[in-house]
Amino acid sequence: MKKNLQRLDLIFKNEHDSEAILKKTFGRTDDDVINDLISSGLKGRGGAGFPTGLKWKLAAETQSDEKFVICNADEGEPGTFKDREILSSVPHKVLSGMAVCAKIIGAKKGYIYLRSEYNFLKPQLLRVIDEFHDLFDSLNLDFRVEIFMGSGAYICGEESALFESMEGKRGEPRNKPPFPTDSGYKNKPTVINNVETLAHTYSILKYGADKFKDLGIQDSRGSKVFSVSGDTPAPGIYELEFGMSLQKFVDDFGDGDSKAVQVGGASGFCVPRKRFNKTVIGYQGKLRGTSLPTGGSMMIFNSSRSMYNVLHNYLDFFVEESCGQCTPCRVGTQQLLLGIQAVKKGEQPSSYLNKLLDLAEAMRVTAKCGLGQSVANSFSSIVENFKEEMIY
Amino acid sequence: MSDKINLKIDNIAVSIKSGATILEAAKKVNIRIPTLCYHEDLCVAGNCRVCVVEQVGSDRLLPACAMPVNEGMEINTNSMKVRNARKQIVELLVSEHRADCTRCYKNGKCELQELSSEYIVGENGFIDLVAHKGYTIDNFSPSIIKDDSKCIRCQRCVRTCDQLQSISALTVAHKGEHMKVSSFFDKPMFEVVCTNCGQCVNRCPTGALTEKTYLDEVWSALNSDTKHTVVQTAPAVRIALGEALGMPPGEIVTGKMVSALRRLGFNSVLDTDFTADLTIIEEGNELLQRLKKVVKEKDDSVKLPLTTSCSPGWVKFIEHAFPELLPNVSTAKSPQQMFGALVKTFYAKKIEVKPENIVSVSIMPCTAKKYEADRPEMRSSGFKDVDYVLTTRELALMIKQAGIDFASLPDDEYDSIMGESSGAAVIFGATGGVMEAALRTAYEVVTGREVPFDGLNILPVRGMENIRAVSIKIENVLPEWDFLEGVELKTCVAHGLSNAKQVMEAVRDGKADYHFIEIMACPGGCLGGGGQPIPTSPAIRKKRSEAIYNEDELKPIRKSHENPEVIHLYEEFLKEPLGEVSHQLLHTHYTERNRY
Repeated sequence: MKKNLQRLDLIFKNEHDSEAILKKTFGRTDDDVINDLISSGLKGRGGAGFPTGLKWKLAAETQSDEKFVICNADEGEPGTFKDREILSSVPHKVLSGMAVCAKIIGAKKGYIYLRSEYNFLKPQLLRVIDEFHDLFDSLNLDFRVEIFMGSGAYICGEESALFESMEGKRGEPRNKPPFPTDSGYKNKPTVINNVETLAHTYSILKYGADKFKDLGIQDSRGSKVFSVSGDTPAPGIYELEFGMSLQKFVDDFGDGDSKAVQVGGASGFCVPRKRFNKTVIGYQGKLRGTSLPTGGSMMIFNSSRSMYNVLHNYLDFFVEESCGQCTPCRVGTQQLLLGIQAVKKGEQPSSYLNKLLDLAEAMRVTAKCGLGQSVANSFSSIVENFKEEMIY
Repeated sequence: MSDKINLKIDNIAVSIKSGATILEAAKKVNIRIPTLCYHEDLCVAGNCRVCVVEQVGSDRLLPACAMPVNEGMEINTNSMKVRNARKQIVELLVSEHRADCTRCYKNGKCELQELSSEYIVGENGFIDLVAHKGYTIDNFSPSIIKDDSKCIRCQRCVRTCDQLQSISALTVAHKGEHMKVSSFFDKPMFEVVCTNCGQCVNRCPTGALTEKTYLDEVWSALNSDTKHTVVQTAPAVRIALGEALGMPPGEIVTGKMVSALRRLGFNSVLDTDFTADLTIIEEGNELLQRLKKVVKEKDDSVKLPLTTSCSPGWVKFIEHAFPELLPNVSTAKSPQQMFGALVKTFYAKKIEVKPENIVSVSIMPCTAKKYEADRPEMRSSGFKDVDYVLTTRELALMIKQAGIDFASLPDDEYDSIMGESSGAAVIFGATGGVMEAALRTAYEVVTGREVPFDGLNILPVRGMENIRAVSIKIENVLPEWDFLEGVELKTCVAHGLSNAKQVMEAVRDGKADYHFIEIMACPGGCLGGGGQPIPTSPAIRKKRSEAIYNEDELKPIRKSHENPEVIHLYEEFLKEPLGEVSHQLLHTHYTERNRY
C-alpha cells in the first residue's frame, strides 16, 4: 500500500461497546435515531444505494402485526468479498445495527441470509448471536436472530428473490411495487440491509452522523469497503473514503499497466484507461464528470488481458445465474453471449455488435430486476470501449 | 373520489379505482397493450415483459400488467422507446421458440405468432437458440403433448396447474438458460400427477402444450367401408363449438353440430346427454342406497359423502391426492364411458352390427376424456368402449377441413335410440349441473313430488362461486323412504381442483358432513373444459353457462328419469338400476396412484 490514499479504519476498528451503544440508542426517541441516519447520508452498501434511514423510516411507518429485519449476507457479486471479512471480524457491529433497526421498526425476528459458500462462518456467528440474545434480554428487547443459509444462486442476493428463497420457493424476484418495507418476507414489512450497511449504522450511532457525513463527497457520504482484485500487487479489502478518482485508485492499486477497471463486479461498469481521470467512485448524483456506484468490487485488468474474454466470462455468469423468469434477462443474456461469439468467429458482421448494444439497452429498461437491468452496464461499457478486441 | 386514481394514457384521461393496473386502465379507454404471460384467470407474473409501457419522466419501462396506477401518471404505450423494446422482446421470444409455424398444430392460433406478425419479426432477428438445445417432445400421454422447444416460459401453465388446480404437475426447474417448465424429475406427463385436465393447454399461448389429436384415425374410420362409425357429443360441446367456428360465445349450435357430424360421415349421430340421464339414474340410486345403509341400517362400511365420478380429471386427482377417500367416489362410470359400453353391446345388437366393426368416437370438451377412454377398466364390452376422443377444438377443425360452412347449416336431430335427452342432462356441462339433475330425480323418487324450486331451477347450486354448499330438507316422504323423513340433505358443489382439494381436505379431516358432493375438475365445469375453444375467461364461461341453462329451459323433458329412451333401456336391457347388467357395463373401480 502506497502513500496518498487514506485508508480508513471505521468498520474494522476493534471496538466492543455494543452494549453501551444499544443502551444509549434505546434511550433516544426512534425519530431522533432515524433523523440521525438520514442526515448521515448513509446509503445501501450492496450497490443499489437506497438511503438507509429512509428505508427504516418507511418500515417503521407501515402498520403490521409482524415485521422483519434481514441482513443480506448473500454476497454473490463476482469480485466482492468484503461482507465475509466484516462478518468474520466485526459481527457484533452488524448485530447491533440489526437490533437498533428491530427496535425502531418493531420487528421481533431477524435473519442473516448467509451465502452458502460462507457456511464456515456459521458456528462463529451463532456464538455471537447467542451473546446478543442475552444482551437483548438484559435490555428488554424482544428480538431474536437466526441464520438462514442460501443455496448458491446469485439471484437470491436480490432482495425479493431472497424472500422467496427464505419462504421455500424458487429464488425469483417479485414485481415491485410492493417494496419490502410494505411487503417483504412472508409479505410482511421488512427491512433488508447489506452487511456493510448495518455495520456502518454502528459507527454512526457511536460517533454521530456528522462524523460520518464529513467523509465522502456530495451524494456519497462516508466510507466504503472495497474488494480489490485482478492485476494488482495488493489484492484485498480496503476501507476507503467515497469520492476518489479512479486514476488515484489505479495509481495506488494498479501494477503500472492497468488498462481497465471493472467497478462494481460483473454487473458494474468497465472504465478504460482514458477515462480513469474523469471517473469518480460514488453514487450517481450531482457530481462532476462520471460517477460510478459500486457494491465495492474493483477488478483491475492490465494490458495482458483480453477484454473479450473478460466479457465472455461475465456473460457466462449471467447466462447461468439469470433466474430465467423474464424474457429480456433469460434470452437476452444468451443472445449477448452467442452474439459476441458469432462476431468473434466471423459468423456475424461486426455491425451485429450494434444490434447487441440495442438489445442490452432494451434489457436495461425492461428486465424485471436488477440482474437483467445491469447486464448492460458491463456489456455496453466493454463493447463500446474495446470494440476492436471484440472483433479481432 | 378519494379511492379513484387519475392518470393519462397516450394523452387520454383515465379515472380508475386505486389498486388497478396500467393494463386495466388502458383497457378502460380501449387501448390494447399486448400481453403474453398475462391471463385473466391467473395471478400476475410480469414475466414476459411484452406489455412494457413508458412512464413520462421514468428511465425504465414498466410492465403494464403488474404496475399499479398512480395519481398523475402519464403513460405512453406506443413511444419509440416502447416500440423498440417490445419488438426486441418479441424477437427474443421467437429466438427461443421453434418457429416452424406451418407445421405447428397451433398455426394461426398462436399468440406469439400473432405478435411476431404485428411487430414484423423479419429475417434479421437474433440467433436461433433452439438449435443449440436438445429438446425432446413428451407425447407419451394419451391427452397432452408437451413440446419444450415451443415453450416461451411465460408460466401460464405453471400458474394454472398450481393456482387453479393445486396439482403442480408442471413446475419450473433449473435457472438461467436451462430454466424450463418441467415435471417431477422431468418425468413424462403420464407418469406424474397430471390429471390430463388440459387447463394448461387452454392457456398456453403457443404450441408448447396441445392436446394429442386423433383426427387421422377418425378420418380413416369415416372413410372405411367396413366400419360403422358412432359419434356421441358431450353436453358442453354444443354451447362452445360455435366459438371455434367464428361465432360469439354463448351460441347454442346443437342442431348445426348434428348436421355437421352427419355431413362428416358418421353413421350414427348420438348424444352423450342420453347417458348423462342414465348416470343420474345409476348415481342417484347409488346415493339413495348409501343413504339407506348409513341412515337406516347404520352400516358403517358404507361411505358418505358420495362424490360424483363423471369428471375424469377429478377421478385421477383423487386417485393421486386422496386415495383413502376412493370408497366415497361413485362407482358409476362417466356418461362417456357408459355410452361407450352400451354402444358396443346394446346398440350394436339393435342395429345389427358386430361390435368389432363399430368405431366409437366421442366429442368432448375435455382432454382427460382421452385418458379416461384409455383406462384398462374401460373395456366392458370386450372391446375398447370408446375408440377415439376428440375435443371440441378437433371437431371444429374437422368441420373446417371438410369445407363445411357451419353457420349456414340447417338444424338436425340426433338419431334414435340413444339420442334423446332431458334438460337435466344438458346442464351436466355446467358446474352444479350434475347436482341439480340428481336432486331433480332423487327428490322426486323419495317424495313423489318435484323438487320445491320454481320451474325445477335449483338456483342455489348454480353459479361460479368456488364452493357452494346447499342443504335441502326432505319432508313428507313416500313410505318406502320413511328413514329419510326430515333429513336435511347436505350437498356441496366445487369446480376447479383447488376448490375440490379444499372440500376433500374437510371431508378427510371430518370437518364436513355432506351427503353428496359434485366435483368438476375444470373451472366452470365442462363448459370450461380443457378441450374447449381457446381463449377462455370468466366472461366467456359465463356466456357458455347461460347458454346451457337456456338449452335446459327449452327441453320438453327436464328430468332424467322421464327420458323415454332411458326408461326403455331399463325395460329392455338393464332391467333395474344398480342391477347385474349395470354392474357389468356402467360401473367401475378406481386405483390408488403415486403422489408425485
